[in-house]
Amino acid sequence: MALRFEVLGRFNRARAAQLTLPHFACQTPLFMPVGTQGTIKGLTTDQLEEIGCQIILGNTYHLALRPTSELIDELGGLHKFMNWPRALLTDSGGFQMVSCITNLYVAGIFYTQWHFAYIFQVSLLHLADITEKGVTFQSPVDGKPMLLTPEESIQIQNRIGADIIMALDDVVRTTITGPRIEEAMYRTLRWVDRCIAAHKRPHEQNLFGIVQGGLDPVLRDICVRGLVDRNLPGYAIGGLAGGEDKDSFWRVVAQCTAALPEDKPRYVMGVGYPLDIVVCSALGADMYDCVYPTRTARFGTALVPEGVLKLKHNAMVNDTRPIDPTCACMVCKNYTRAYIHCLVTKDAMGSQLLSYHNLYYMLQLSRNLHSSIVEGRFVCDFLQKMFPKGDVPEWVCNAMDVAGIDISSCCSS
Amino acid sequence: MKFAVKALSSGKARAGVVHLGSCPSSIETPCLLLSTRKGLPIFISPDLLSSLPSPDSNLLQFSPLHLEGASSTLVSSGREVSKRCVNIGQEARWGDTTPNFDSSEGPSPKTISSIGGLHQMVGLHEYGFAAVARDSIQCLPECGSTNKTGASFETPCGRRLIKPVEYMEMITSMKPNLWATLADEVPAWANNKRNKTSVDRTVKWLDECIARSPAGGAVFGSIVGGSNIEERKRCAQEVAVRNVSGYWIGGFGLGESMEERPSLLNAVTDNLPKDWPRMICGLGLPEEVLQGVAAGVDLFDSAYIYHLTIGGFALTFPLDRTEKIDYNYQLSDQGSDRTKINLRATVYRKDATPIVEDCCCYTCQNHTKAYINHLLNVHEMLAQILLEIHNTHHYLGFFRSIREAIKEGCFEQFQKKFVQSRREHLAADVVSV
Repeated sequence: MALRFEVLGRFNRARAAQLTLPHFACQTPLFMPVGTQGTIKGLTTDQLEEIGCQIILGNTYHLALRPTSELIDELGGLHKFMNWPRALLTDSGGFQMVSCITNLYVAGIFYTQWHFAYIFQVSLLHLADITEKGVTFQSPVDGKPMLLTPEESIQIQNRIGADIIMALDDVVRTTITGPRIEEAMYRTLRWVDRCIAAHKRPHEQNLFGIVQGGLDPVLRDICVRGLVDRNLPGYAIGGLAGGEDKDSFWRVVAQCTAALPEDKPRYVMGVGYPLDIVVCSALGADMYDCVYPTRTARFGTALVPEGVLKLKHNAMVNDTRPIDPTCACMVCKNYTRAYIHCLVTKDAMGSQLLSYHNLYYMLQLSRNLHSSIVEGRFVCDFLQKMFPKGDVPEWVCNAMDVAGIDISSCCSS
Repeated sequence: MKFAVKALSSGKARAGVVHLGSCPSSIETPCLLLSTRKGLPIFISPDLLSSLPSPDSNLLQFSPLHLEGASSTLVSSGREVSKRCVNIGQEARWGDTTPNFDSSEGPSPKTISSIGGLHQMVGLHEYGFAAVARDSIQCLPECGSTNKTGASFETPCGRRLIKPVEYMEMITSMKPNLWATLADEVPAWANNKRNKTSVDRTVKWLDECIARSPAGGAVFGSIVGGSNIEERKRCAQEVAVRNVSGYWIGGFGLGESMEERPSLLNAVTDNLPKDWPRMICGLGLPEEVLQGVAAGVDLFDSAYIYHLTIGGFALTFPLDRTEKIDYNYQLSDQGSDRTKINLRATVYRKDATPIVEDCCCYTCQNHTKAYINHLLNVHEMLAQILLEIHNTHHYLGFFRSIREAIKEGCFEQFQKKFVQSRREHLAADVVSV
């Protein structure tokens, strides 16, 4: 164990905590930008520190391909390689192998992000084969069959050196039904043991287990109890954020957060949209990651309290307001929508500035969540701003109900 | 704008000082104008700009054509230019069913005025902007399509014909610190008749631009003349009697050779008053800049940094003027020619040292060649950002050396030594291969 998790404040199930990792003391709830290939697209480490980024996620699959985990190790680990003084988290590499391979060829490297990989996943599963040994897939470099085992995944992650590493799990889409889900859940537990055995740096890197089980509460429960028995430093809720309906999504999160230990961090993988993060935090989750803010920036979409702002729209050509008048970031303080409009999707600078704003927005949301919980309230004005007409979606109302948070002032009728 | 010559060396090379209203400090010349796209550097975001040496890095070059949109007059070519301006390659938008089409037009001159001009719009209040229609990277003069009504440019949005009236509308709304009048630039191989027309036209447009000149903002009269000494002289003499605050020398970097350039430059500068600043476009390489300085030019744009950056190159040539020529230099790795290194080269995969050992730019202070090599291999934008920072920093250092040499009265030796040492390194490389 190489972390400390102290809860500083609560609001029913929601918690604000200090998560002390080897490289940085973080405050939760927190959002982790995804720095796929050892960089957040278009932003320097200085800028990331400036906007308050605490942990960056690195993709093991990509880094193992280029520049390879051995090279990163030789140069002193990923922190040193990219000169990031704060915390890092690496995923296991398994998910990307299943979903990302075609992306590398088709969409071009700029858009290689697994968030949208579900579009391709249907046609891609034949490229990956999951057995008890591990995940067999075709190398995108030379087409040779390659095998990623739990042991190999941990070794790669040991070399990369992140503060938090993820166990290799057998992840299936939540839209699948049948015995495959049960098989995947039990296999995930068996693989966790292999990951624990292979982990060479438990005093510097925290191995998180990932709860699987699809949308089946019984399977999820078995998985949670199995992982809790292993007494890991932290737990992730996996297998979500990809196509399931929101009603099922929040129920799984609610169930898992209720069952996972109070004194350890809970990480919902692949989440996500600001609204999802608010709901999951209400239900007791602490950590999130998603490519959405940076990816949507590259398409010209800005995150604002009301939802999204599509800066490519013709309507923006002469709009002299800032993207978000309530935002304190460098972009909103200096630029008009009109100017950003003429940059987005055409110039690298547009992408940079919007990514900067969108990440600032997400990190500010994290800070607001933390401080509001510490102060004994929850971010209710968030819902008011996003749904000014009171049309809060039903799933949100249901989830907040279970979380014990009164949002009647935000809802009409 | 205020300008003063402070020192001369070798007759014509001059060190001076230019003061612009928006910049808190004076800027020493000869100086480099940083290239921008739509007012901001191509890769360096505004908050990182301040990491470059100041006030050297406070002068930015800008082309009003960058902010053009479908609203302006277009050369009819059967294409819908507005559609061409929309990003090619964007992916499907989720749930976007609105009838508005997406575009990337620039804000209208009226909007730019209401924002308060260029400085306000791009958030660089303490910087100086020089507006020139031509931008050696993106807006290249297309003399074949230029006609008596306006100058034609090849831009990313297609071919644009811009009339003096339109140009002045943009200048008035943008309020740059200084701006060049609209010019008809021809390449070195243009025939005499076309060249002569370009001079007549440029002078005519100069008068039209001056007539519409906004209050504030220094007007730089444009001088052309191709590769004809007489026409260059004629144009310079015409412009010299106009009521301008400086001179913009156009038509260079369009095919003239290194050998013929000095006499063409001198044909211009010999006929210009000494007290007003001279700006030039198209002299990008260090040797070319030195030619410009030798002829008495003060302000330079450069596409060199951009091309280096997108090619994955980083400048490494020594800035220390006391460095002795190293005759024993061996070509020790594949990625270097002593001017620059190619960071894509595999030899840098594990190189944990900065690009230049004692460089104090953000890139060299924070990152290694190995990291940049990786970023280039995985096509990450951060590579270009870091390279543009270093290359700009380094090139600004080169300009600083030029200024020092002028002030010490040894510019001619500096130029000779610089050119010679680069030739020798190249020769050594050829021999050792």
